[in-house]
Parts: sequence; structure tokens; C-alpha cells
Amino acid sequence: MTLARILRHLLRYSTEFRLGVILLGVVAILAALSFASPYPPLDVYVVAPDVPPSRAHVFGTTSRGQDVFWQLTVAVRNTLLFGIAVAFLSRILSLVIGLISGYKGGWIDRVLMSLNDTFIIIPLFPLLMLFYFVMRDSMTWAMLALIMSFLGWAYDARLIRSVVMSLKRREFTQTGIFSGMTTREILMREHMPHVMPIVFSTTMNNINWSIGLEVTLSVLGFTDNNTPTIGGMIFWANQHSAMVAGVWWWIAFPVAVVVMTFVGLFCLALSMNEYIDPRSRWSRMSGGSA
Amino acid sequence: MRGYLQYFAKRFGQFLLVVFIGINLAYVITRATPIDPIEQSIALATSFGNSSPEAIDAMRRSLRELYGLTGTPIEQYLIFWRRVATADFGPSLSAFPTPVGALIARALPWTIGLLAVSTLITFALGNLLGGLAGYYQRSRSLKALGIIAIGLHPIPYYIVALVLLIIFGFVWPVLPISGGAAMNLPQGFNAAFLGSVARHSILPALSLILVGLGGWFLGMRSLVSNIVAEDYVVYAELAGVERRRILWSYVMRNALLPQFTGLAMALGGIFNGAIITERVFGYPGVGALLVDAVYAGDYGLVLGVTTMSIVSVSVGVLVIDISYPLLDPRVELK
Repeated sequence: MTLARILRHLLRYSTEFRLGVILLGVVAILAALSFASPYPPLDVYVVAPDVPPSRAHVFGTTSRGQDVFWQLTVAVRNTLLFGIAVAFLSRILSLVIGLISGYKGGWIDRVLMSLNDTFIIIPLFPLLMLFYFVMRDSMTWAMLALIMSFLGWAYDARLIRSVVMSLKRREFTQTGIFSGMTTREILMREHMPHVMPIVFSTTMNNINWSIGLEVTLSVLGFTDNNTPTIGGMIFWANQHSAMVAGVWWWIAFPVAVVVMTFVGLFCLALSMNEYIDPRSRWSRMSGGSA
Repeated sequence: MRGYLQYFAKRFGQFLLVVFIGINLAYVITRATPIDPIEQSIALATSFGNSSPEAIDAMRRSLRELYGLTGTPIEQYLIFWRRVATADFGPSLSAFPTPVGALIARALPWTIGLLAVSTLITFALGNLLGGLAGYYQRSRSLKALGIIAIGLHPIPYYIVALVLLIIFGFVWPVLPISGGAAMNLPQGFNAAFLGSVARHSILPALSLILVGLGGWFLGMRSLVSNIVAEDYVVYAELAGVERRRILWSYVMRNALLPQFTGLAMALGGIFNGAIITERVFGYPGVGALLVDAVYAGDYGLVLGVTTMSIVSVSVGVLVIDISYPLLDPRVELK
């Protein structure tokens, strides 16, 4: 039941998983190319503006005199990094809270879960906008990532909790307790491996969620627009009325890449979810490793 | 009945907690800032022309009072809560001297009308189609629908709205792309105005439905395809119960329960959706109001809309929660 084995299984049998890997592979290569960019990402007017896609500029150039292709590579890298950072930080929160809440039960569980439900219900977008409103230009990329991971853990913590609650009643947990393992050891060594597939699929969903919010916030102009991101590119394109001016390539390519990222991540999460569907998972686990 | 009262008390406690934490978050966010909103407003106001130092000082004092920044921290905190409780956020700075409450009251019907209706349509349509797709698993058209739903689902809302705007605004301009109703019509209950409202709401509603449909569809499909394999459904089939009746009263009814809790969460997302939809389609609702308030630096209005959205979302969730036992009699037993 290790994660690596599950991934190998999915690669062999799931079409969605393969599609996701291919799409994200292309996006990742694009992001990696940013290190080979001939232009500094923050400089403007380094090439002739408004050139349609051609041999010299594969995706054309922007009205700000930037090469769309090379600008896009940096933007994709930053957007991906942002999503991964948010997902990583919020995974830690949801894992810790989900494991403790599910294993301990009682009043700890009740307190943590009402906190959890609160964060599920509270409308995030108005809060994020309020945050931008008070922070203004000191709202950095890292700060936004920190806030979003603080707000984005709740739903998955509940999912992890429900898995741990059923793991707790199983024999190996009792064996662990009788053989003198501490709570931390049981949670980390015994329960964690069972929770990892879910963490994997929620990670994909969480990256999607955070990138979606980041794109939306940037497009509205509510982030630090000096760091090139996909949303930032669309923001600047809108600022220069790219669609009306006929500079369609400035919007079309970032949109295409972000859609590829989304569909890719979603496919991965979907195939993983199908794999860990509770019914098939339990039949597999009781027949196999347990 | 006692079970229901207990359930109600628990839900109500959760509601109070949500409001409490939400409002406190809003308070902490506005106070934890390294930037002084007052100095910013003054800088904005004095950037054109000259103002005497006395005038600036007077402005600073009245702004401090307006923002509730006078007195000790505890007093400020209490002032903040009193304002929330009485829904009094003072006059708007960007639409002076209209009170913030009046601006929100004007915008709220638009947002609730557009978003509540499209959320409900999405919920009904997605669950219906998902249920059918889960029950009639061999149907080709339902399978194709599933692929479309999966394809559309992960695309960020903004992108879908933008594409619709380009298609129906530039490529094939048949629908109005901006505003809530035609400007030259008197507002009221007459056919011309209501028709105009409906026409203006098609594109924003369509974009919301397209994006939201996939989630309900996928959730319902997997729920139904699990339920179909349950013993009681197999038994009903063997006993010769009509297939249509199995689908509606045995399968869908049970699958709908978890989806109904999901509806509460979707309601929570209404204000997230409102902001972008209304911005893209120039719809005169609360979301557009919030975006404009942020651009204009209107502190009272931003805070008013934020707290209003927290409270109204919690109320919506509470209403769904307390009506849940009517659908699922088992809840009472807990």
C-alpha cells in the first residue's frame, strides 16, 4: 500500500492518470524552461511590442514589449510554486488536525471540528479582499500563500479525520497500543501510510483551489502584480485592453496553459479518488495488507 | 421533539461560533495592518490641491472616530461589535454621504437574485443529470455529458466567464454583456423591466451554471452508482418494482441527503462567486460594490460588505441545517 506502488498501478491502468501526467509534464517542462529565459522576467520593452506569433517570438510579444513565451515560462513557474507552497503548508495543518481529532475523539474532537466547520463556512474571498485592502502594496506573494494555507485546510482535515476514526477501530491499532507505542508513533507509523493516498488527492485539489484563487485575485489586481504569474499576465493584458486591440495571443496562451494545469491536476485527483473510493479501498485493504 | 431541539441547539451554537470567529477575523485583519488606513485616506484626499494643516488635523480626528479608532483597545473592540450588531458602518467615503447600509441594501437583491437562483438551478440540474448518469450507466449521451462536466469542472470560473464574454459579446453579439438591466427603463414590476433583468442575467447565470454543474454531477453520479449496488435496490429490482420508481423514491432520495449538506457549502461560496461574476459582467450587486470599495479605499464599505457576507452565509447554512431533519428522519434519533 505504499504511495509509490499506487502511483505505478494508476499509471498502468488509469487513462485519466496518464492524461494528467502528460498535461502536467508539459506544464512542468514549460516552467523549467524559465531558467533558460534570454530576457530578465521583470524588464519591459526588451522586444518590439505587439508582434503576432512568429518564428522569432513563438507566442508573440506583449504590448509591454515582453516575449509572451518566455514571460509565460516564468509565470507558470511562479504560479505552480505558489500552489505547491499553499498545498504543502495547509496539508500540514489538515494532517495534524485530522489525525489528532480522529484519533483522540471526545472533547478535543468536538472543539477541533467546530473550528473546522467554521472555516469551511466562512466566505474566504471577502476576507482575502479585506486583507488586500489593509495590506495594499506590502501584500507579498509569500504572505498571500501563508494566509491562504491558513484558510484552506478545513475540508481535508475532516476527510482525514473520518479515515482515522475508522482506522482506530481496527486491530493493528490495538496491537500498537498493547505493544506500548505512543500516540505519536501510532499516528505517524501506522495511520499515516493509510492516509497518504487521500492526502495526495487533496493536495492536487488544493493546488487547483489556490491557483484558481490566485489567478482570480491577480486578474482583479488584488495581488502584488510585479511578480509575474499567470493571473498577473492576464491582468496586464486586460490593462492594455488586449482583446479589443487584437493582441489575442497575450491572453490566449496564458489561458491555455492554466487550463492545462487545471485539467491535469484534476485528472490526477480524480483517478486517485476512484482508486481510494471507500468501498473498493476497504475491500482491498481487508483482503490485502491488513 | 426533544431530539430535534437538541439538534437545533447544536446547530445554533455552531452558527454563533461561525459568526464570532468570522467577525473576529475581520477585526484582527483590519487591525494587524502595518498601514494606517487614515493616513492613506488623507494622502488620497490631499493629493490634489493644498489643504491647511488645521483642515488635515480635523480630517484626521473625524476619520479616527469614523473608523472606531478612539479610546482603549477594549473600547475599540466593543465599538466594533456594536457597529456589527446594529449594522451601522457609517457613511461611505466613496459615495459620501450615503450610509454603507443603504448601499448594501440596494445591491443585495441583485446578488441574491442572481446567485441564489443560479445556485439552485445548478444544484437541481447537476443532481438530476448525475443521478440519471449513475443509474443508467450504459447511456451514451449521459456518458458524453459526464466527460463534458469533468472537462469544464476544473477550469477556473474567471476563464469560463471571459470565454463566454468573448463569444457572446464580440464574436456573436446577441446578449447584453454588462449591467443588471437596460438603463433607460423605469425600475419596478413591469414586463419590460423584468424582461430586461432576465436577459441581462443570462450570461452571468450561464457561466455560474457551467462551472458549478460538474461538481454536483460527479458527486451525484458516484453516490448513485454506489447505492445501485446496495442490497435493498437489488431486492426492489427482483421484486419487480418499476424502474422509474426505484430511481426516484429509492435511489435518488437517499443519494440526495449528502448532496443537501453540500448545498450549504455552495451557499457559503456564493459571495466568492459574486465578486468575480459581478466584476466580469458589470452586475450591480454586492460583489461589484466590494471590488469598487477596495479600489476607492472605502474602509467602511469594505468592512460592511465583509461582515454582511459572513453573517448572511452563516444564516443560509443554519437554515439548511435546521431543515435537514425534515428530509432525513434519522437525524432526530441522534
